[in-house]
Amino acid sequence: MTLQASFSVGARGVEATLEVAAGETLAVLGPNGAGKSTVLGVLAGLVRPDRGRGTLRGRALFDTGSGDREVWVPAHARRVALMAQEPRLFPHLSALDNVAFGPRSQGARRSRARRLARGWLESVDAADLAARRPAQLSGGQAQRVALARALAADPELLLLDEPMAALDVAVAPAMRQLLREALRDRAAVVVTHDVLDAALLADRVVVLDGGRVVEDGRTETVLSRPRSPFSARIAGLNLLRGRSRGTAVVTDAGLHVEGMPEDGLRDGDAAVAVFSPNAVAVYRTAPTGSPRNVMTGVVTEVEPHGHQVRIRIPGVTADVTPAAVAELDLAPGVEVVFTVKASEVAVYPA
Amino acid sequence: MRPSPAVRRPTPAVSGLGRPSWLLVPAALGMLFILLPVCAMLTRISWPDLPALVGSPSSVAALLLSLRTSLASTALCVLLGTPMAVVLARTSFRGQGVLRSLVLLPLVLPPVVSGIALLYTFGRRGLLGHTLDVLGMQVAFTTTAVVMAQTFVALPFLVVSLEGALRTGGQRYEEVAASLGARPSTVFRRVTLPLVLPGLVSGAVLSFARSLGEFGATITFAGSLQGVTRTLPLEIYLQRETDPQAAVALSILLVAVATLVIGTTGRRRGLL
Repeated sequence: MTLQASFSVGARGVEATLEVAAGETLAVLGPNGAGKSTVLGVLAGLVRPDRGRGTLRGRALFDTGSGDREVWVPAHARRVALMAQEPRLFPHLSALDNVAFGPRSQGARRSRARRLARGWLESVDAADLAARRPAQLSGGQAQRVALARALAADPELLLLDEPMAALDVAVAPAMRQLLREALRDRAAVVVTHDVLDAALLADRVVVLDGGRVVEDGRTETVLSRPRSPFSARIAGLNLLRGRSRGTAVVTDAGLHVEGMPEDGLRDGDAAVAVFSPNAVAVYRTAPTGSPRNVMTGVVTEVEPHGHQVRIRIPGVTADVTPAAVAELDLAPGVEVVFTVKASEVAVYPA
Repeated sequence: MRPSPAVRRPTPAVSGLGRPSWLLVPAALGMLFILLPVCAMLTRISWPDLPALVGSPSSVAALLLSLRTSLASTALCVLLGTPMAVVLARTSFRGQGVLRSLVLLPLVLPPVVSGIALLYTFGRRGLLGHTLDVLGMQVAFTTTAVVMAQTFVALPFLVVSLEGALRTGGQRYEEVAASLGARPSTVFRRVTLPLVLPGLVSGAVLSFARSLGEFGATITFAGSLQGVTRTLPLEIYLQRETDPQAAVALSILLVAVATLVIGTTGRRRGLL
């Protein structure tokens, strides 16, 4: 393991355990206020945990109690570089000197630092921006320079805090591609709320909610078989939690959802029923004699979603065609019936 | 090369939104209140005599002393005030609010009171007077005392102005710098200081201007010895009794020097 950290920050209600293997990129997902930034702060040395221990390549970053005395390595000595949502380029330095800042701070001579910086600028396709001031860069250009600057510091762990959030949609794909290349074979933690970042950049995902890790697994597993409401939402899937009974999941509200249970699931186990909004059919009145799962509710939201329209009732969403919306006269406040075939519902342990 | 101001600052809106036209009346009155007395002084000068009045040995001595001591006290303000501002802006501890108020005390004290306070600290019979005496140092009524009096009253200007810049300058850049491997001293030298340089310059200019105009604390703590402690404001006050013409001429000189300082360093950068 490159990074092993387990800590709690009482003031922010965060208690988390993270591991990053050599060359691995870990995505930290979670809703706003879940404690994602606090986690990065602890790793970077900007937030002091109340309790816990963290090591990077075997050397302690912080340790509040296992040894004789407390260990707290200051931010500058951690070899953990932070790249934030906004580029935060030093406004008084040129792009080149911004990138050279890391090597310079670590003792390189000016000429050598600049040579290194030029190389890193080239690697992010920003060699022609070397002489520019941050104020003369566009958002996308500035973020590329910020990436070069973080990489030039030669960190053992790279932290990225929502690296794409401040970019406009036109330049985000290019930046994502660049990050994908930069993060290959590099230990990194990416905080994001964008499923695309997780899918394209991360090998593994942890989902934080309310300061706790609620899910931890390979990216493809978490996105195809989510076990928390948040990961189901970002994966674009419906998820109903409850207890296993026969081939169904019974929710706390008493709803039976029949599905295809995974082997080994026993009655009474905590389980989830997961299905795609595409698998949901929408009616104004319940179809008679259907073997399907039926859920009724009042429409809370009607939103365009790609070429379809997403209809939400509390707890469940359905994707239907615009024609169906018109035909059924769907609008917020209308009572509707959602049905889904048991064969479309995956049931597995929560 | 700094980026041009147009790049760094959004240009202010030209429209009169949020500026009712009646506001112009009190604003114009305020302007007049400041400009009229200066103009009144200008009308009282006999221009042909000006060179002789300003060039008299006592005048030249006072001007040079004022410039010398004000520069020295500005330097002291920067050396002492910068660490004070950084400590106030970048740490939090119990009693910090009280400490900040105490640091700003010279701003609200009448300068004469500041002078008396200094006298009872560094004067011959003051708190540290005996100690200084033993060390063979006499402070009161020397040029050193002038510099001390000026520093005492001017220091808060630098601290306030720089602390404001440090607070708005934000710690975000410092966090990034540290994560790139920069030690605290490196962060301070290469990131913090350059970012707050405009605030530091404006603070220094304000301190210099305050030192240049210092009167009350100086005359109380340093006295009025020609060439030693008699700065330009003191000289003007003395001349006013005997030679009003000379006093007006010297006043103009002081106005000119002050305007020049603020005009060249402050206004150009849009700091003041």
